[in-house]
Amino acid sequence: MTGPDVGSRAPEALTSLHNATVSKRRGRPSGGTILSWVIFIAAMLYFFLPLIATLEFSIRMRPSGAAYTNTFKDARFFSSLAYSFLIGLVTIVVSTLIIVPTAYWVRLRLPRLRPVVEFVTLMPFVIPPVVLVFGLIRSFSTGILPLANTQLGSDVLLVAAYTILSFPYMYRAVDSGLRTIDVRSLTEAGHSLGSGTFRILWSVIFPNVRVAVLSGAFLTLAIVIGEFTIGAYLNRPAFGPYLSNIGQNKTFEPAAVSIISFILTWLAMGVIAFLGRTRQGRTTGVQVGGGH
Amino acid sequence: MSYLVLQGIQKRFGTTIAVEDFNLSAAKGEFVSFLGPSGCGKTTTLRMIAGFEPPTAGSITVDGLDITHRPPNRRNIGMVFQSYALFPNMTVADNVGFGLRVRKRPKAEIRKRVADLLDLINLPDKGDRYPWQLSGGQQQRVALARALAIEPEVLLLDEPLSALDAKIRVALRREIRSIQRQLGITTVYVTHDQEEAMSLSDRVVVMSEGRIEQIGPPPEIYNFPATPFVASFVGTLNLLPAKVVDAGSGIVSVAGQQIRTPKAITTDPDRSVTVALRPEAVEIGEAGGANRLTGRVEDVSFLGSIVRTRVRVGDDASVSLDQFNDPALAAAAIDDTITISFPPEATLVLAGAASASATIEEAIAEV
Repeated sequence: MTGPDVGSRAPEALTSLHNATVSKRRGRPSGGTILSWVIFIAAMLYFFLPLIATLEFSIRMRPSGAAYTNTFKDARFFSSLAYSFLIGLVTIVVSTLIIVPTAYWVRLRLPRLRPVVEFVTLMPFVIPPVVLVFGLIRSFSTGILPLANTQLGSDVLLVAAYTILSFPYMYRAVDSGLRTIDVRSLTEAGHSLGSGTFRILWSVIFPNVRVAVLSGAFLTLAIVIGEFTIGAYLNRPAFGPYLSNIGQNKTFEPAAVSIISFILTWLAMGVIAFLGRTRQGRTTGVQVGGGH
Repeated sequence: MSYLVLQGIQKRFGTTIAVEDFNLSAAKGEFVSFLGPSGCGKTTTLRMIAGFEPPTAGSITVDGLDITHRPPNRRNIGMVFQSYALFPNMTVADNVGFGLRVRKRPKAEIRKRVADLLDLINLPDKGDRYPWQLSGGQQQRVALARALAIEPEVLLLDEPLSALDAKIRVALRREIRSIQRQLGITTVYVTHDQEEAMSLSDRVVVMSEGRIEQIGPPPEIYNFPATPFVASFVGTLNLLPAKVVDAGSGIVSVAGQQIRTPKAITTDPDRSVTVALRPEAVEIGEAGGANRLTGRVEDVSFLGSIVRTRVRVGDDASVSLDQFNDPALAAAAIDDTITISFPPEATLVLAGAASASATIEEAIAEV
């Protein structure tokens, strides 16, 4: 008889436990919860208010929506956005090719150099872009590599400059990605199975830091799309200089362009995130499962 | 015929000596364990065999071929890590087949070999799982299969069971030994667990502070420890402070009670020494041997197959003794005064006085 008795009491116990939890949940929010909400709402207002104001201003032009139709009619809008997007993608590739092996090697073999490398990657925060671009123009206008004198050369300089700008974001993202895996053991396991370092990097390390690379890539793309100084001084048809140009000459269109570019950049990031997620499914699983 | 030979191996990290004068010859198919406490140099030695650390001096040969300066990926030495080190982005089958893909073996051959190995480790249906979907024990079996897939000349295992719980550890230990015997692969196993080393190995290398203390089959290591360190590290040991009474006859006094040791003591009478004594050599009553001590029962612990009794024989000396559990066993009661006995051969005299906090490392050298 004992068995069924216990069995019938069990759901009651569960129900009372559930009720207790629900009543606790329905209870008055604590001071900490209210403060959290206040901070959250303040942060959302700080983020969205300028956007809402820009949107509101952009639709004031008459006839209604003219600022947007004018923008879409301007071929330079699409060409500059496409150019900056392409430069952004190339920058992400170059930056990844430099940062992933560097961060890997520093973590594996030169851990003492980590503070030095971190400091070097922070240089873009210390040196203003205008100094960087003048340095590049002066160094690469003459001599054995006069890159600034040709269109393609200037594109190369632009990518190089943007790659440097991406270092702080990319290095930190990749380094924290590497922190979540046992780089040394995985590398040694690969070596003991006969693999060379490049293959380990490509087929073991890189797939496991893909999420980290993606988060660095988002920031890089966002920076490149909106960057003005370097694009303007290298005289490239980038989106930043275009935005500045119409800002000086038109009233409502700059606001419309800002809103459109904002949406397009977020869409692009969404696409990268989606592509990353489908290929990353396994690794994401690993991270979830890591706590098992 | 020696297959794996380490000759005069030394490893220094700056001014610190991690391994010194390490010499070992292992036969083909032999299972050798490196046993010692943390920091004794066992893992460093294993890593030198794997090629992850270059030795400062000495040479390593496998089947007559000098591999001392070969990079690890050209040694054909399989390694199983304490942390499993399975590639998290690859399935079990991809992990096991990784080494074969690196060697550019045909796909059909890789598939077959992976399936065979998954059968061998009793995980035939787990090929498409990811490492995080497996338990710790299963992951370590996959790591073993991955290391075996490349048909290594030597298999290295670096504390492979220390992250697992006790029951799985014992089961996997048996499995590792059975697979190793089946494949006849020369194996070096690093552990700080003496039970693991004793139960698995053909020979055990006991290490301390970068040096080999003793090499021998498990019974020899246990029964005839060559140094005080080995005596203390392998098995449980009673350390009794004693005074030399008659050095020539090997007679000492423990808490005022005289006992005989197996050989003459090369030190002055009245000098303090330490007598080491294994718990299983001591019996309650007078039938255990010529040496007798009387004391008060301080504690009786039931350890499953063994009952361990601690008897205080003096202010600063107590003796633990083991009896096999038996339903008919009349265990001593706490506070009883009893006599215990043991043969002189069961004792080992060490220099220096033992104290309540003394460790065997502090007992300087055998007298």
